[in-house]
Amino acid sequence: MSASPAAPPSADPGPSALAPPDPWHTLGRFTPARIGLGRAGGSLPTRPALAFQLAHARARDAVQRALDTDALRRDLARLGPAVLEARSAAPDRAGFIARPDLGRALAPASAAALAAVPPPPAPFDAALVVADGLSARAAERHAAPLLAALLPRLDRAGWRLAPLVIVTQGRVAVADEIGAALGARMAVILLGERPGLSSPDSLGAYLTWAPRRGRTNAERNCISNIREPDGLGYAAAAHKLFHLMHEARRRGLSGVDLKEDAPALDPPPAARLDGAQ
Amino acid sequence: MTVRSGSVGAMRHRFDDLRTLLARASPARSGDRLAGIAAASAEERVAAQMALADLPLRVFLDEAVIPYETDEITRIIVDTHDAAAFAPIAHLTVGGFREWLLAYETDGAALAAVAPGITPEMAAAVSKIMRLQDMVLVARKARAVARFRSTLGLPGRLASRLQPNHPTDDEKGIAAAIVDGLMYGCGDAVIGINPATDNLAQVTRLLEMLDGIIRAYEIPTQSCVLTHVTTALEAMRGGAPVDLVFQSIGGTEAVNRSFGVTAALLAEAHAAAASLGRGSVGDNVMYFETGQGSARSADGHHGVDQQTLEARAYGLARTFRPFLVNSVVGFIGPEYLNGREIIRAGIEDHFCGKLLGLPMGVDVCYTNHADADSDDVDVLLTLLGNAGVNFVMGVPGADDIMLNYQSTSFHDVLYLRQTQGLRPAPEFEAWLDRMRLFDGPLRLARADAGHALLGLARR
Repeated sequence: MSASPAAPPSADPGPSALAPPDPWHTLGRFTPARIGLGRAGGSLPTRPALAFQLAHARARDAVQRALDTDALRRDLARLGPAVLEARSAAPDRAGFIARPDLGRALAPASAAALAAVPPPPAPFDAALVVADGLSARAAERHAAPLLAALLPRLDRAGWRLAPLVIVTQGRVAVADEIGAALGARMAVILLGERPGLSSPDSLGAYLTWAPRRGRTNAERNCISNIREPDGLGYAAAAHKLFHLMHEARRRGLSGVDLKEDAPALDPPPAARLDGAQ
Repeated sequence: MTVRSGSVGAMRHRFDDLRTLLARASPARSGDRLAGIAAASAEERVAAQMALADLPLRVFLDEAVIPYETDEITRIIVDTHDAAAFAPIAHLTVGGFREWLLAYETDGAALAAVAPGITPEMAAAVSKIMRLQDMVLVARKARAVARFRSTLGLPGRLASRLQPNHPTDDEKGIAAAIVDGLMYGCGDAVIGINPATDNLAQVTRLLEMLDGIIRAYEIPTQSCVLTHVTTALEAMRGGAPVDLVFQSIGGTEAVNRSFGVTAALLAEAHAAAASLGRGSVGDNVMYFETGQGSARSADGHHGVDQQTLEARAYGLARTFRPFLVNSVVGFIGPEYLNGREIIRAGIEDHFCGKLLGLPMGVDVCYTNHADADSDDVDVLLTLLGNAGVNFVMGVPGADDIMLNYQSTSFHDVLYLRQTQGLRPAPEFEAWLDRMRLFDGPLRLARADAGHALLGLARR
């Protein structure tokens, strides 16, 4: 902070006598949750009240952002697999948000392109899909590092994978149609989850055995909050996902009957809040 | 199916069956537009509401919106209907029912007596011709008291769920958020964690952690880890300390199938939790969450509007005498409820639930892809306080860092207490006094750095 007399009045008045800090505010080192915010009477002090508004403004902006497919394609291709691109039936961002049914279906041109991929001699073990979902930034930041941890394990275990597919304006169930079109025994989609105030870039992974249109959520398994450094780390997420995929293939099912009971890796230490707090 | 019509001036509107009439009469919802069942014009909506107002309540006993033969929820609604309880309102139309509900003479006892005679579709129908103030007024009269280790739903009381979620279920992070909520006087409805993954070992670990905290500080509240009912059953078989069994439910057999549940599975879990006998002042052991639009989301709506289906979910819930029923009203997203639609939906859900006799709470919330903000939360929260809601959420700073949505904060709960004179559940209020956390019934005391609860995070 500048103490120069020419400086404008500081926007950060520091803890005020009207809203002293909560004695437990140091517990904030254990969680990114907004704890120990203090209070004016029983209400939120001015600084955290405005910090909340800023975070909401950023999250609203994140929802609208378009996926940089060129950069994502380069990042994914570096990992080795063939990469295809597809679009959902949603025409644009507004249509994607208002019409989830369109985000779950492939655009006719993309469906035709995937149907034209030559079928393998035996079905693929899995089709992996990356989509923007509700946070393009999540897919851009976390999909490639997660796959970098996952693909070598699948390779060592002898998995035969369909070409990787990037989908724009895609929701979870679009992977079912893709998996079916590519003749894969399971579909796994990595996509941006709905942005939170403190996590505009959280990635989710969803697995469906025997993918086809019309599968319900009860027939899927999910790993959420994949993001470094604040959420589930890439190594831990890849470990869980590999275990789920292995069990789904071994038992021939996914969903509520397939419990995610991988032996736990040590979770990363919870990170501190960023400066926005 | 009976064809019905309504005339407004020279215009005549035709409604092919009961579910179509209900859908056209339903206040505007993006989910109903998405399903192609909403009124095509504002005038058609009011014409449908007028036709609905003239409909005798008895019609709802003769005509199902989803056939009895094909839907488990319809069978539960029909088979559990109490004709004797229905008798005092049996002669009324939907419009007359609205006036009966508003009458001075219809008090809490009268509402409780007829509740088993009201079907979910009747509740939904009358809500469609009621303004917010009508629903607030009637819901305020309808009390639904539920007990486990605390008593919820008493007049002049408001409880809160302490929701200390963490993106990786880190125990220290969860404990830090629990300290924050308890120091702010929240948590009398439940300390409830949404786990990051549905993993039995992790769920059991969290259940044991919460049980340890509640025992160590003798907190008159209950815990819940909001996992699938099958995981809760496994946890109970393994001896885990389960207070409340959680499950998301909806208003059709199809949506419940998409959630992986049936009434029989819920009954099994209810029996297992009840047999543990862990409640001290009561034995209500179920915690249900619902929300308009879930059936459409799962392609299980049968052409019925989302608000009527939401009420049908309450028809399933009430057969299990739950402790908590929570409409997570803004969570589903703008494709089902957008902007100010969230406000009306929250009041409808609370009203319909209370009319059916349920201990309703509301998760007043919104997502970042909805056209809503904290001002909308304030409007709905303030209305619900007036309507006598049993409980609302308490999330640190209103920001759920695990589920990525905004709900109500501990500060919001304090606001509602202060402005509407709403005290915590009596058992919890006594504990807050004992812990010197409250200064009088509505204000926080200034806590010092040596407070015993702060040791919780060092356990």
